[in-house]
Amino acid sequence: MYAFEVERPTSIADAVAALGREDAQALGGGQTLIPTLKQRLASPSVLVSLTGIAEMQGIRTDDAGLLCIGGGSRHGVVAKEVAANYPGLAGLAAHIGDPAVRNRGTIGGSLANNDPSACYPAAALASKATIVTNTREIAADDFFQGMFTTALEEGEIITEVKFPVPQASCYIKFEQPASRFALVGVFVAKFADGVRVAVTGASNNGVFRWTEAEAALASNFSPSALEGLSASADDMIADLHGSAAYRAHLVGVLTKRAVAAAK
Amino acid sequence: MPKDTGIGASSKRREDVRFLTGNGRYTDDINIYGQTYVHFLRSDVAHGRITSIDTSAAESMPGVVRVFTGKDFEGIGGLPCGWLVTDKHGQPMKEPAHPVLAQGKVRHVGDPIAAVVAESLAEARDAAEAIMVDIEELPAVVDMKKALESGASKVHDDLADNLCFDWGFVEENREAVDNAIANSAHVTTLELVNNRLVANPMEPRVAVGEYNRSDDMSTLHTTSQNPHVIRLLMGAFVLGIPEHKLRVVAPDVGGGFGTKIFHYAEEAFCTFASRQVQRPVKWTSTRSEAFMSDAQGRDHVTKIELGLDADNNFTALRCLTYANMGAYLSTFASCTPTWLHGTLLAGNYKTPLIYTNVKAVFTNTVPVDAYRGAGRPEATFQIERVIDKAARELGVDPIKLRRQNFITEFPYATPVAVEYDTGDYVATMDKLEEIADIAGFAARRAESEKNGKLRGLGVNCYIEACGIAPSKLVGQLGARAGLYDAATVRVNATGSISVMVGAHSHGQGHETAFPQVVAEMLGIPEDQIDIVHGDTSKIPFGMGTYGSRSLAVCGSAMVRATEKIINKAKKIAAHLMEASEADIELKNGQFTVAGTDKSVAWGDVTLAAYVPHNYPLEDIEPGLEETAFYDPSNFTYPSGAYCCELELDPETGKVTIERFSAADDFGNIINPMIVSGQVHGGIAQGIGQALLENCAYDPETGQLLSASYMDYAMPRADDVPFYAVDHSCQTPCTHNPLGVKGCGEAGAIGSPPAVINAVLDALNSGGHKVEHINMPATPSRVWAAMQG
Ligand SMILES: Cc1cc2nc3c(=O)[nH]c(=O)nc-3n(C[C@H](O)[C@H](O)[C@H](O)COP(=O)(O)OP(=O)(O)OC[C@H]3O[C@@H](n4cnc5c(N)ncnc54)[C@H](O)[C@@H]3O)c2cc1C
Repeated sequence: MYAFEVERPTSIADAVAALGREDAQALGGGQTLIPTLKQRLASPSVLVSLTGIAEMQGIRTDDAGLLCIGGGSRHGVVAKEVAANYPGLAGLAAHIGDPAVRNRGTIGGSLANNDPSACYPAAALASKATIVTNTREIAADDFFQGMFTTALEEGEIITEVKFPVPQASCYIKFEQPASRFALVGVFVAKFADGVRVAVTGASNNGVFRWTEAEAALASNFSPSALEGLSASADDMIADLHGSAAYRAHLVGVLTKRAVAAAK
Repeated sequence: MPKDTGIGASSKRREDVRFLTGNGRYTDDINIYGQTYVHFLRSDVAHGRITSIDTSAAESMPGVVRVFTGKDFEGIGGLPCGWLVTDKHGQPMKEPAHPVLAQGKVRHVGDPIAAVVAESLAEARDAAEAIMVDIEELPAVVDMKKALESGASKVHDDLADNLCFDWGFVEENREAVDNAIANSAHVTTLELVNNRLVANPMEPRVAVGEYNRSDDMSTLHTTSQNPHVIRLLMGAFVLGIPEHKLRVVAPDVGGGFGTKIFHYAEEAFCTFASRQVQRPVKWTSTRSEAFMSDAQGRDHVTKIELGLDADNNFTALRCLTYANMGAYLSTFASCTPTWLHGTLLAGNYKTPLIYTNVKAVFTNTVPVDAYRGAGRPEATFQIERVIDKAARELGVDPIKLRRQNFITEFPYATPVAVEYDTGDYVATMDKLEEIADIAGFAARRAESEKNGKLRGLGVNCYIEACGIAPSKLVGQLGARAGLYDAATVRVNATGSISVMVGAHSHGQGHETAFPQVVAEMLGIPEDQIDIVHGDTSKIPFGMGTYGSRSLAVCGSAMVRATEKIINKAKKIAAHLMEASEADIELKNGQFTVAGTDKSVAWGDVTLAAYVPHNYPLEDIEPGLEETAFYDPSNFTYPSGAYCCELELDPETGKVTIERFSAADDFGNIINPMIVSGQVHGGIAQGIGQALLENCAYDPETGQLLSASYMDYAMPRADDVPFYAVDHSCQTPCTHNPLGVKGCGEAGAIGSPPAVINAVLDALNSGGHKVEHINMPATPSRVWAAMQG
């Protein structure tokens, strides 16, 4: 770790101001950023902690019926508080990392980081979520722009994430044996007007929608609708833990399982 | 009735009180006034020539005390190898220099190039970044067979090639084995990889060097399994410090698994540098450094052929193994694939003819050395896999095929130079069939299949040579040290006892188990006895803990010393009771005179030894302290039979272990609970090797791909099932006084083949004609195997 200063603003406005300092970086739960700093792979001069900002905490349902989760909400809180309202999302949050990670890591940090193997991006994309920042609202379809890349501008903070709640949903993560991040993770969300299938862990381009599966499921939301359908292995990640073909195969298996288990 | 004290009692591990309450005192807890910190600048390329190092900028950084490079170690010895292997042409192995800091070349990612000693760790790290190193990158050799091709890049320029040695064993049997294989009714051939592992003890390595100018004394506090071995190697071979001026202390150590046996560059560095800068120097490994600097384990590529006659009796075994040494020879690297591996190739079977050829190869990877089991897991894996394959090819039951070929008469001289003293392989297999409920497997398989899962059952046997080792024998085989051990029993005036032992406890529970033995012998409470270990200034001598040797070798020394104590105490008791020494009996802490009601308590005798007012001073010295050295006359041969039962998800290739059973014969047992714990831990490591752990290097660049827990999968609690372990089959060792065989490595030796045999059984039950799968059998590998 290199030396840095820490700012602990209590409002979004103060956080934005602090992030205006040279080489400042937002600090959420630190579950990704702190290990990076320890390896000396990043050297921000100021860390702006977002954990003391009350406006970024809390989970509510707005007038339009959207489930609004504060950007600073920790995974453990989401797992508990949305269990009744949005079990698919709660199940996802409940299986991120271990209890220590879940009690620190935040939804905003996870989405901002957009790790190609992270879980939340699949939920946001499959649920047609809206990512709310200090300056604007970004549709999930526009937010994720490839591995570790998002639509966020320098210094922009995710303050809230708004999820339409599907009629049925399920996320299934097939764990990479070492990290237990998603080797492949599939989030299936069934809405009145269609089905969305988002896949994480598999692609060199980060989270993506498997549109062929969505089309097949739109008319018949059952595993059998996916019979004979396979995801393309082109552009899939190949590493120590699995070939591109294996990942493509898992996309099919997990999608079927997610559909069968959706509630 | 289970006993509640002494030999055979499951006494609670007394050391756990401090470990579980955060009161352990580990090397990193040692902080000495005036201490400095060292950070090593390590190579980030696998192979390269250092063309220049400029430390001037680093030297002027804040807090820097001194910057060291290889130049500072010119003329100082390199790290030695403790075992000289002679190859099949009678030539000694190649022993390239292993400098403390790189000289001229870097040979693996993590090879230390320079070291910054500074007031704080952060300052040392900052300054290390300011060192300018130019490295001309050279092609890296990673794959062993490619490393042996002519024209391959050479890890060591002064050697003819990358071959360390080409060992044949038993060379005289080679032709006979070839003939027997050629004339066998059936030959089963298998090529396999024994995957490279990172030991990953919970506590990373730490070294604190300290030098006292007033008495010219150097002290090294280090995370070692064997402080005397480190004193010997570092004092005599590297730094040239005589024993009386060098103290090595290994306090609480958080797991070793073999990787803390060896003498490492960082230990020599901290000792050397503390003398140079006249201040203590401390190094604490990060987990990332551990991945690239702790000696790694296994990494064999083997071809094995098993010959059988028309009645399925084994006729001969022929093996060819490539053993990876890494970039340098670590302390016991050469003996692991040879004498700890070739001598075990008979396994539990009466195969009359055996030959193995082992080619040890230098590559641009982290050095490889002994890791829990060391050579014996590699031997067991290949034997037990090839037998399973033979059974499938011949359509016979794999348990039946094993039973048919079991050694049943003891002592048994194998064709690979060792003599098993005792064992009962039929008994452990019978026990295994019972505790694993093998009879009920078919019904469980049917149930799994109903749920769309494949179910597999795998069995294997193992034999190991423990209680390392008879010094004379290992001396003939190339060991550069004796492998006896020592203990001093110091009885205090009030009867309490401190036992100074050469064995080092880093998780094994010696502090509990060793007193149980002495308590049993003297008939006094266990809590009257404490164990002292891990400090060359406190213990007589000792070769440390590895090879399941602590109780069998050091425990035997302790028994011998205690016997001397009893003899002397009886003399004192005889004097006190005015009786003949021959009539004195010791029972339950009381000395009595046979046939009388006279008695004197243990404490009265010990007090008399230290307050010798009424004492036979003309015959014996005051005091009550005895030392014994014990050199075993043979190895011990624990054995057993293991069974793994698992479910395999044919859609994803994921394997889940449902049941795991182990029937072991460890001879006599001192503390059954501790023994079970050792087996549990060993099996977890074996399952880790079989299903999860994979130390992988990029085949082109030599970069370590599995360099952190993000990519190196350690077994977690939910990866392993509840185990059924049984050690009621006991054929005591015939040549040590306790009749014990050792249990520390069995679990890790005996479990990988059972797991892989079970995976293959599951696959074949589902119609997938898969003959072998390399470890770790990850979901992606299993799935790929199913695709044909
Ligand atoms: C052992 C372990 C296991 C894990 N397992 C999983 C897993 O299974 N699945 C999974 O999805 N993740 C996993 N994670 C990652 C975890 O979910 C992280 O918490 C998450 O990815 C980052 O969130 P954070 O709040 O910790 O962000 P930080 O680490 O604090 O920050 C990450 C990045 O996001 C930026 N940032 C943080 N908050 C905001 C914000 N509100 N607005 C804009 N930018 C912001 C930071 O500047 C930084 O660049 C694991 C982590 C660990 C350590």
